[in-house]
Amino acid sequence: MSVEGPLPGLVLSWQLDGLSLFFALVVLSISAVTTLYAIGHARHQHGFPGSGLLYALFVVAMLAVVVAGDAFTFLLAWETMSLVSFGLVLTDHRRASVRETAWAYLVMSHAATAFVVGAFLLLARTTGSLVFADWTARAVVLDPAVATLVFGLGLVGFGTKAGMIPLHVWLPRAHPVAPAHVSALMSGVMIKLGIYGLVRLSFDWLAPGPAWWGAIVLTLGATSAVLGVLYALMQHDLKRLLAYHSVENIGIILLGIGVALVGRSQGLPAVVAIGLAAALFHVANHAAFKALLFMGAGAIDGAVGTREIERLGGLIRRMPLTALCFLIGSAAISGLPPLNGFASEWLTFQSLLTLGRSAAEPQTALLPLLAGGALALTAALAVACFVKAFGVSFLALPRSAEAAAAREAGALELIAMAILALACIALGLGAAPALSLIGQLVPSAAAPLTGQTLGLGSVGSGRLVVPNVALVLASLAAVAVVLPRVLGPVRARVAETWACGVTLQPIHEYTATAFAKPIRLMFRDIVRPVRDVGIVHRAGTRFVASVHYRSHIAPVFERYVYLAITGRLVAGARVVRRAQNGSLQTYLAYVFAAVIVALLIAR
Amino acid sequence: MNEAANVGLAVIHIALLVALAPGLSGVIKRMKAVLQGRRGPPVLQPYFDLLKLLRKDAVVSEHATAIFRWAPAVYAGCIATAALLVPVLWSTAPLAAWGDAIVLVGLFALARFMLALAGLDTGSAFGGMGSSREVAVAALAEPALLLVLFAVAWRTGGSDLSGASSWIIADGVAAFAPSQLLALVALVIVVIAETGRVPVDNPDTHLELTMIHEGMLLEYSGRPLGILVWASLLKQIVLFALVVALFFPFGIAATPSELPVALGAFVLKLGALAVVMSLVESSTAKLRILRVPELLGAASALAMLALVAEVVVG
Repeated sequence: MSVEGPLPGLVLSWQLDGLSLFFALVVLSISAVTTLYAIGHARHQHGFPGSGLLYALFVVAMLAVVVAGDAFTFLLAWETMSLVSFGLVLTDHRRASVRETAWAYLVMSHAATAFVVGAFLLLARTTGSLVFADWTARAVVLDPAVATLVFGLGLVGFGTKAGMIPLHVWLPRAHPVAPAHVSALMSGVMIKLGIYGLVRLSFDWLAPGPAWWGAIVLTLGATSAVLGVLYALMQHDLKRLLAYHSVENIGIILLGIGVALVGRSQGLPAVVAIGLAAALFHVANHAAFKALLFMGAGAIDGAVGTREIERLGGLIRRMPLTALCFLIGSAAISGLPPLNGFASEWLTFQSLLTLGRSAAEPQTALLPLLAGGALALTAALAVACFVKAFGVSFLALPRSAEAAAAREAGALELIAMAILALACIALGLGAAPALSLIGQLVPSAAAPLTGQTLGLGSVGSGRLVVPNVALVLASLAAVAVVLPRVLGPVRARVAETWACGVTLQPIHEYTATAFAKPIRLMFRDIVRPVRDVGIVHRAGTRFVASVHYRSHIAPVFERYVYLAITGRLVAGARVVRRAQNGSLQTYLAYVFAAVIVALLIAR
Repeated sequence: MNEAANVGLAVIHIALLVALAPGLSGVIKRMKAVLQGRRGPPVLQPYFDLLKLLRKDAVVSEHATAIFRWAPAVYAGCIATAALLVPVLWSTAPLAAWGDAIVLVGLFALARFMLALAGLDTGSAFGGMGSSREVAVAALAEPALLLVLFAVAWRTGGSDLSGASSWIIADGVAAFAPSQLLALVALVIVVIAETGRVPVDNPDTHLELTMIHEGMLLEYSGRPLGILVWASLLKQIVLFALVVALFFPFGIAATPSELPVALGAFVLKLGALAVVMSLVESSTAKLRILRVPELLGAASALAMLALVAEVVVG
């Protein structure tokens, strides 16, 4: 379908196939819930008057990206999405740190778009068309070298939007400063459009490439997953912690895509089907629990006035419903049965194992199997991270007066969170029907790849029937409680917590920093913790007057990758600056020289 | 096999493991005592302790919430469900059609999540310390466990545990490839870590500097503590049964008449593993918590080597 654009001769064309439909479903369902939340959360908001309009435009732009039918329409929607989200990140624009963050986001978004434009121009040049359908039809005629270049440009461009390591640095900065409903949408949905672009590019517009494309995606996925969750564990700002978990989950999604790419290059349709299904299912699941958790973090921020988890605590008594929803979201993102995160991580494990078993050469078989180890490490660290996030924020005693005075979130916010919490349960218990729905949608999008309908019952030789396992678990838990009753009734007496003989104070509790310490030390070569301890003595004595302790982690990527790049750019600019002396005569001389050179070339 | 017989087998399966679990711990304790030149408690002592705990009133912290109250039930439910995934007497585990090795790992993770939260719930620093260390150790044990499971799955055709056992029986002695021995050593290290034994944790002490698992349970008492302790013992026997199922499944029953033999074989194999554990515990010293990553890293490295050997050598 195409419509006349606002300018003469400008035609916007649209397409709606299974893949578009799937992503459109994610965009629309999550944004419906976050809008509900935004209405309830408005009392905590102090943005500029136009931010509501920007928010609406943001949703429309995301929808337009997934239904765009040609390169021009896509880029128009893509740029609108980036610019509008820049405006939304700037909501709290009176703070200098927010403006700085938004600026970094803008620069990285545009660098990403430049790579996407590069890929599109190459495709347009070789296929002679801007229409996506023509790219699909003429994919096979593409020269392998050009195809690799297109894939590389697309991977960098779409990977930046998705928040893949090492292109992730904008994400943990931009997401925390935006309002809760915007972070929920950016983390839950917008970064998935990078995944949409990557899937479109590598399964629709390009013919099957060499296996190393998939190997690169697998490696990037495993790296993003492990480093994302490790950095998340080191954060104390709840929203920043969640933002790093987005990097982790994008890594898990990339594992599925990597498996599918290797499978496609080796002509293994079953592997492609499982890999793609795992990736897309995780896209939907991550959208549900990440939006839920960001809304929960927003509710805490609204009630306590801080997202610093060291100042929270005891919120389960003050905000019980928020706590329940946040607990469900935490269990889901940690990949615990019977929730949705477990179902898609299980499928990702199966896809890795299936590829490992069916790949022809040992090196192609080993990579996915070892990536399985990385995914297990990720899952276990995610459990650690959410025990910390939920335990320190919601359990035990409040660590600040603000946390002690917290009140439950409003009705609309609670309804929005409850909807997504129920979605996490439903997508877990109903994983099989959800997957067969994805299976029906996706074959039409990636037509030559998936012929079979996916159900969970038996993938490869793995087995997972979530509702039955959940039922057995629930009944055995009940038996464990009821059976000891044959020994007679017992009572429970309420008493103090044992604190070595003194009354328990919040200061006795384990802090989030202490909780993460064993992991911080075990992985110190990666996260590079920096500790700064200062002891001030009373004048002339050895008595300690005060001690200050600060602990943070070195920003490795910013320091060693980005600072190196920006440093070179600035140095280059300094060199160029010498030519700029501000004198009109000099510039006229430059113009004259340029004309002479142009004439010489065009002679 | 009809539905009723299936349910019957499942009930026998879980009842057997629950009944044997404290006894296994008693045997290990007794053997350790003998190896260390002590007399040691009677083998049946864990049963007496558990019965006493289950009859006692509980003291609950005033700060405890629903998480603390529900944790024993969820923990026990998870471990018992995981128990049904491992073939013990019958060649097909009761839940084999509904879950595989990865589900087992997931159930252990849910149990850990709940118990670690319960450790934080009362606000006690000991609980926090236990939870923090438990999740850190598990973060290193889980990849090693999964790599072992992948190494076995790659050889035996998939992540289905019962299928793996049957495959190994069909393959006979040929199943003992060098790669499988590497995987076995890795799995034993994981079992030591997951059951909280020396050199990772010390099951016999409440000293706060060393404890991991005990730290999380410190605020529990009476019946809830009894349920948690019994469930932890069940986790230990399930992990032992996993070692048996993946590496020494010989003797498992395929027809009802073989069930008594299978029972005898299972008990003997558990006894052999108990000897190994008591030897390890008596001959090593507990590691400092920050040295544990080296041990578990070695387990992961062995499991990776097993995979490489498996895939490259075949």
